[in-house]
Amino acid sequence: MSTPDAAQRVTIEVTVNGQKYCRAVEPRLLLVEFLRQELDLTGTHIGCDTSYCGACTVQLNGAPVKSCTLFAVQADGGEILTVEGLARDGELHPLQQSFSEHHGLQCGFCTPGMLMSAHALLHDNPHADRKAIKKAIAGNVCRCTGYQNILKAIEAVANDTAGGQ
Amino acid sequence: MYPAPFRYHRPASLREAVQMLSALGEGAKPLAGGQTLIPILKLRLDEPSDLVDIGRLPDLRFADAQDGWVRIGALSPHGWVARSDAAAAIPIVKDCAGGIADAQVRSRGTIGGSVSAADPNCDWPAMLRALDAEIICFGPAGERTVPIEKFVLAPYTTALTPGELVTAIRFKAPAAGSGGAYIAYKKSAAAFPICSTGVQLTLDSAQVCRDVRIVLGGAGPTARRALEAEAELRGKALSDALWARAADAAIAIAEPNADVHGSAEYKRSLLRGLLLKTAHVAMRRSANAKIEGSHVYA
Repeated sequence: MSTPDAAQRVTIEVTVNGQKYCRAVEPRLLLVEFLRQELDLTGTHIGCDTSYCGACTVQLNGAPVKSCTLFAVQADGGEILTVEGLARDGELHPLQQSFSEHHGLQCGFCTPGMLMSAHALLHDNPHADRKAIKKAIAGNVCRCTGYQNILKAIEAVANDTAGGQ
Repeated sequence: MYPAPFRYHRPASLREAVQMLSALGEGAKPLAGGQTLIPILKLRLDEPSDLVDIGRLPDLRFADAQDGWVRIGALSPHGWVARSDAAAAIPIVKDCAGGIADAQVRSRGTIGGSVSAADPNCDWPAMLRALDAEIICFGPAGERTVPIEKFVLAPYTTALTPGELVTAIRFKAPAAGSGGAYIAYKKSAAAFPICSTGVQLTLDSAQVCRDVRIVLGGAGPTARRALEAEAELRGKALSDALWARAADAAIAIAEPNADVHGSAEYKRSLLRGLLLKTAHVAMRRSANAKIEGSHVYA
């Protein structure tokens, strides 16, 4: 068994927030490191880095995933949405606006992941009830405790029949 | 970058993946969804020389029913299985698939990866024993089918031979009058279960138990069937008193480890309570009651 060559690079092409990127990466590079270090998209946070806290949640082809538990090479050819991709033309996304209005955060470190999980939920289930919301963010509960304002913020968007996604 | 360096390969077909794994030797590991493997690599508990990414192989994401058998493709993600027709028809499958970890892990983690990783407390290997499932494998010597109890041999150890991969899981479609449930007890969504119980039973029109399978997770190095408990129930009209006797018989075979989550005595008590709760849901489901599955968080 030979020692792997640390210099192996794999060329990947991904679309992040609508923009195409082509990069040669080491296979062991995690998606979250790719986003933060290669693309300078630091809105995606590294929290526990053990696949527990969900702060690093992004969407890959529409599904919420923990970017600390995914190699960048696995995302090759995929469409990635990060928290930076939510706002459009300087306007906050309705979820971001609602988090702001309801003070849907405590320390705020988990907020990008919360937003990405909530966004994925409301895409599949635009009028999700509280039970569905709790289940959807179960992988994002961190350690501040509470979460009531986060639930209220997501619920407000789910209940807003006029609000667009 | 926490994992040790490895060479990355992405075969285009199952056959190519098997050839690649065989040629690369024991330093090579398959990578499916990565939800068990990547945390292991990040902790450097394992340092494979090569990863063969089978995650996007075609035709291994399916859940179908044919000739009385239900088959689930190895690369079906948990969340996808939870939303499948098979899960809608067989509630114990939905309990398991929809309750594993959290939405993010369910997006990526696969049933084939889960049974192949064989974590001692994880959900699929435990629940699948309640369905008497079989694991379909494909390797250098072709295809073979292995009963789940002969597939998971020890923690993190399966009957897979070098180069062999799981391609599907199959089990007999439950008969009319069947009901089942699977409930895990865990610290939080993302945590592995501390203990879990599964019950799959069939009652006849007189409410007599025609068949029952009971499985305990977190009650030993691998999930175990509570055969003595099943014998208490089979052929009898089920009552709370009978279930209490069965639960006593079940925990008599439980050998949980004392650890940070609690003593062995605590876990036996936990298993008993979980089993009665699971049995209650399974009984009501056998009478066609619609009950949403729910794991219990500490």
